[in-house]
Amino acid sequence: MTNLSGVGPLFDATGQVERLSRDNYRFLQRYVLDGSGIVIDSEKDYLFEARLMPLVRRENLRSLNDLCALIKATAATPIRQEILEAMTTNETLFFRDMAPFEALRNSILPELKAKCGPAKRLRLWSAAASSGQEAYSLAMLLLEGGFQNWNLQIAGTDIAESILERARTGRYSQLEVNRGLPVHYLIKYFTRHGLEWQLKDEIRRMVRFERLDLRRATAGPGPFDIVFCRNVLIYFDPTTKRQILAAIQSVLAPGGYLSLGAAETIINLNETLEKCVFGKATLYRNPE
Amino acid sequence: MAKAMVVDDSRAIRLILGRTLEGFGYQVCQAANGREALALLHREGDDLNLVLVDWNMPEMNGLDFVKEVRSNPRYSKLALMMVTTETHIDQVCAALEAGANEYVMKPFTPEIIADKLRLLGCLQ
Ligand SMILES: C[S@@+](CC[C@H](N)C(=O)[O-])C[C@H]1O[C@@H](n2cnc3c(N)ncnc32)[C@H](O)[C@@H]1O
Repeated sequence: MTNLSGVGPLFDATGQVERLSRDNYRFLQRYVLDGSGIVIDSEKDYLFEARLMPLVRRENLRSLNDLCALIKATAATPIRQEILEAMTTNETLFFRDMAPFEALRNSILPELKAKCGPAKRLRLWSAAASSGQEAYSLAMLLLEGGFQNWNLQIAGTDIAESILERARTGRYSQLEVNRGLPVHYLIKYFTRHGLEWQLKDEIRRMVRFERLDLRRATAGPGPFDIVFCRNVLIYFDPTTKRQILAAIQSVLAPGGYLSLGAAETIINLNETLEKCVFGKATLYRNPE
Repeated sequence: MAKAMVVDDSRAIRLILGRTLEGFGYQVCQAANGREALALLHREGDDLNLVLVDWNMPEMNGLDFVKEVRSNPRYSKLALMMVTTETHIDQVCAALEAGANEYVMKPFTPEIIADKLRLLGCLQ
């Protein structure tokens, strides 16, 4: 047991909960940066409080400073991983932003169908898969696009194991299936399970979820025809972004496509991927 | 300006949905049940782009409203979205068969409405 007495009073003189000390603030910043690559700058320091106080309470600690003391004093406790997972943003939805999925449906999938026709094989990667909606959206799109009798492999990876466990179940709340999922897909690919909705096995077995830290994605599987790496680069510093883009490009098939989040670009980060605009979507193509 | 109609017997829901749609740039009119909505539609019909309609309402329910609208070729381009507490899969199917284009299960959030409108091409 770690002795946590003497870390400080529960309340300060004004009756406020003890504030995170300057040193511990820097410690947490570093800890999250090393553990997941995520940069938490001073404008976002409220995130520590918002995301970690539930852990503080659950562990019967008194403050974020106590939590810091705990992880400084212990090596391999589950809470170390939980802190990293609590600090990542997992928000996602089916067919997020629509435009990249429309680009696939209208242009890219028909192109790949012609190109890969003889082998009838397509490999896709959802590189920050979170709870799986993106990977499963790709799976539904492929079935709708007439790829049923193709050899299809969709990889879904994320740094957070707990979110991947959810992804694998393919079970979503009503709120989640309300968001972004066309109702025609809901009735075709889901069954009702009490208050939740269960993706049918037909879709679930198209996707394989595995833990992967994008910063170590150098020798990943591949090559991939389509990579979705959306709404995760924004959290990293420029060096890490550049390195991840290079790693992705190295597993992208010649002529393969990369989709980034709506607020993300390769400007100043990669010189060889080719920008391709499809309607409202921008994707990047690996030169042949 | 694009025009939308909100049909719900709850004044509070009409208010919330109305404000949400106005926030997306729609001009909004309201009706409290299917019968009122049909009357309003016959008056304003050609200007309307979108109808958000509840299921359970007195006078005429949302499902019958959808069937009525779809039986009239004048409204073939009108986007119809059900917004309802009915969540049984058979009911969802019935609404789609009747001609609804999208379906939102209550409770909703403005984001949910926005995402669905995007699917319908009713929001940039
Ligand atoms: C906001 S979600 C994006 C989900 C989905 N791609 C989308 O656009 O909706 C970001 C995800 O990135 C994951 N993530 C954060 N750092 C990562 C890293 N270093 N390697 C892999 N995944 C990471 C988080 O766990 C989280 O699930």
